Amino acid sequence: MSVLALISSILAITLRAGTSLIYATVGEIYTERSGILNLGLEGMMLMGAVTAFATAFYTKSLWLALIVAVIVGGLLAALHAFLCVTMRANQVVSGLSITLFGSGLASFLGQRLGPASNNYFLVGMVGPKFTPIQIPVLSSLPVIGAFFNQDILTYLVYLLMPLAWFYLYKTRPGLSLRAVGENPQTADAMGIDVGRTRYLYTILGGMLTGLGGAHLSLAYTPGWTENLTGGRGWIVIALVIFAMWNPGRAVLGAVLFGGINAVQFRLQAAGTAIPAAFLNMLPYLTTIFVLVVMTWWEALSKRIGAPAALGKAYMREEK
Amino acid sequence: MNDQPKPILEMLGITKRFPGVLANDHVDLELYPGEVLALLGENGAGKSTLMNILVGLYRPDEGEIRMRGQRVEIHSPRDAAALGIGMVHQNFMLVKTMTVAENIILGLSDLPFVPDIREVSQRIRELSQRYHLQVDPDAYIWQLSVGEQQRVEILKLVYRGAEVLILDEPTAVLTPQEAQELEGVLRIMTAEGKSAIFITHKMEEVMAFSDWVRVLQQGRLTAVRKTAETSPQELARLMVGREVLFRLDRTECVLGEKILELHNISATDDRGLPALREVTFDIHGGEILGIAGVAGNGQSQLAEVVTGLRHSTQGRILIRGKDMIHASPLAMIRAGVSHIPADRIGMGAVGNMAVADNLAMKGYRGSPISERGVLRPRSILEFAQRMIDAFRIATPTPQTRIKFLSGGNIQKAILAREIDACDGLMVAVYPARGLDVGATEAVRKMLLSQREQGLAVLLISEDLEELLTIADRVAVLFSGRVMGIVPSTQTTVEMLGLMMAGVPLADLPVSTPTTANA
Repeated sequence: MSVLALISSILAITLRAGTSLIYATVGEIYTERSGILNLGLEGMMLMGAVTAFATAFYTKSLWLALIVAVIVGGLLAALHAFLCVTMRANQVVSGLSITLFGSGLASFLGQRLGPASNNYFLVGMVGPKFTPIQIPVLSSLPVIGAFFNQDILTYLVYLLMPLAWFYLYKTRPGLSLRAVGENPQTADAMGIDVGRTRYLYTILGGMLTGLGGAHLSLAYTPGWTENLTGGRGWIVIALVIFAMWNPGRAVLGAVLFGGINAVQFRLQAAGTAIPAAFLNMLPYLTTIFVLVVMTWWEALSKRIGAPAALGKAYMREEK
Repeated sequence: MNDQPKPILEMLGITKRFPGVLANDHVDLELYPGEVLALLGENGAGKSTLMNILVGLYRPDEGEIRMRGQRVEIHSPRDAAALGIGMVHQNFMLVKTMTVAENIILGLSDLPFVPDIREVSQRIRELSQRYHLQVDPDAYIWQLSVGEQQRVEILKLVYRGAEVLILDEPTAVLTPQEAQELEGVLRIMTAEGKSAIFITHKMEEVMAFSDWVRVLQQGRLTAVRKTAETSPQELARLMVGREVLFRLDRTECVLGEKILELHNISATDDRGLPALREVTFDIHGGEILGIAGVAGNGQSQLAEVVTGLRHSTQGRILIRGKDMIHASPLAMIRAGVSHIPADRIGMGAVGNMAVADNLAMKGYRGSPISERGVLRPRSILEFAQRMIDAFRIATPTPQTRIKFLSGGNIQKAILAREIDACDGLMVAVYPARGLDVGATEAVRKMLLSQREQGLAVLLISEDLEELLTIADRVAVLFSGRVMGIVPSTQTTVEMLGLMMAGVPLADLPVSTPTTANA
């Protein structure tokens, strides 16, 4: 295989592996920008993945499957918003509970929603999946061709990224969203409904996370297995910090993580002497490394990227 | 005025209850176009609550609001803005990480989905010119001084077409000169027919700014006066309900040994930027050195360096001649330094702990409060009871959690603890901030009695009257540098104000009779 072809294939896998991460990262950036920390991503992604696969398996409709995953992610996020905004519960505890609940429920559904012939298990079933769509001419270009030989959900990412950036930094509602996460008192005094904003973007974040989960079970590794996400929900929490809460930068982290994944697959396939378990660990190790470097760099450059009110409940009549 | 001017705004019988507190008790208010109304009262009198009701942050339990004669319901700040009512809050409502222009258009719904920031900036520049509110629309809020931030707040209101401006203690953060500029801005606005409500507890400001004054006391409206027909003395009496001593008896300063010496002390703030630059002064026993300056000019870093909470980057600090450079807070405490921090609940006390435990928090390391590392509850209680009696701390029981006390009583408890432990230097940071006239008087008397006992007091204050009343000498800090040190008997508010704005003592237009700092 030529070097160009190798780079091209690694790039292609990187983009595919990064897609689910980008959806969830953009979603979580929006949620955190409103001041809500959602640690329930892992659970939401798993629920999105299992419900999407089950829907696709029975209805054969991929689009219906996506809609179901989005609704399921949104519903779990609505629960989180209810606990954090309305009940002013501790956001960390609520998020962790949702991850535990979501993971458990996804695993349970995976053992009950399958066909009777398979003991009602979904594991091992084959359903419809999103396949790469080659864009004529562009896809045959060397290296960049990798960008144009992807499934529809990855193509949508190309649209999502700039839109998410533009919305956050250039539009009126984006301005309000940033204000709510930075200084809810001020936003409130300026007539912005803090509670409504937080509900809205927490739910939006959950929907995108559900979609990310669906990409895993419908495109990246089609089918359902236990712990399909492999901790991607947690990786996303780190990627948000890596992106410094800027959706424009989310792509960097997702591509880095996806890229290391792609490289380690290649190495494993090539049969290196490095143990497979070590290679599997690499992406997570890199995440820790990146987090350390980022935090260090932030401290050095005196930049604090986190929304100032992140994780804090807001109450108007505090007396 | 015409013979029958119509009020632009009326509030009738406004009542607001918080759990356990009647914050407003059937309060009435009238405001006429082109007028400035001062709302005078002590802390906790209900001024801010009343105004928060007017801007829709709180809902009144009873009463009604009329705008231009029409009854209105104000459910949210948005409703208030639609009626032309806007408020400059005491702690500014600005998002620090955003630009001036972004802050000004925040929450405006009649803007296009993608606002044209250039057009907005242009409009802001026009308004800046018209009202003499100079500010760069593209600057980030965190880059602005407090005075500039206040201009942004006012611009925000006029940009939204506010007819009624509410200003909550606007001069607390300004130099006297900036306060005068603010007066000018208000004059331009009232000349255009806009009106303003001005919350304050300072009599001089009522006299300088307002046309009418309404006095609140414990949630009730106790007096309405035309400013031209009243006096500061009458207002003070109306506000507190008794005659107030404006002068405290201060004996001649008897200098003792040199207690604190700072030589060329420099330090940085939390972001690593220079906060103190080559600060040099000393304080003798029996002397109060006041530190004046607009908030954020190095005062808190100064207090932290002297109490061992922050390391200086250069210079020497001596206590009774002993080198204390980079000493820990505990070493400073052992050297006899006491600290009354600016942040009462955050740093001075543990809100969720009992009054008695808070009082014992400094003496707990040794007998009689603890024996061999074990606390002795009975000794704590005895000690606490003694302090509560001696300092007249109003608390239901010594076991009451301290956060349930009033600000004045929390401050008295901190003072009691620190005074009891003080053996040389007392560092008091904004000790009377937010306290009512009665508690302020008590705090100042305690500081003076410390001085009479031969202790040194470093008093950091934003209240120039306070500094001139009780300090022996006043040093002015501006961007971390000492602009000058003057004896309080030989200076004026104007002189201090100029130094607070960055004019060194040597450059003051009127030459001073003597240079201080013997």
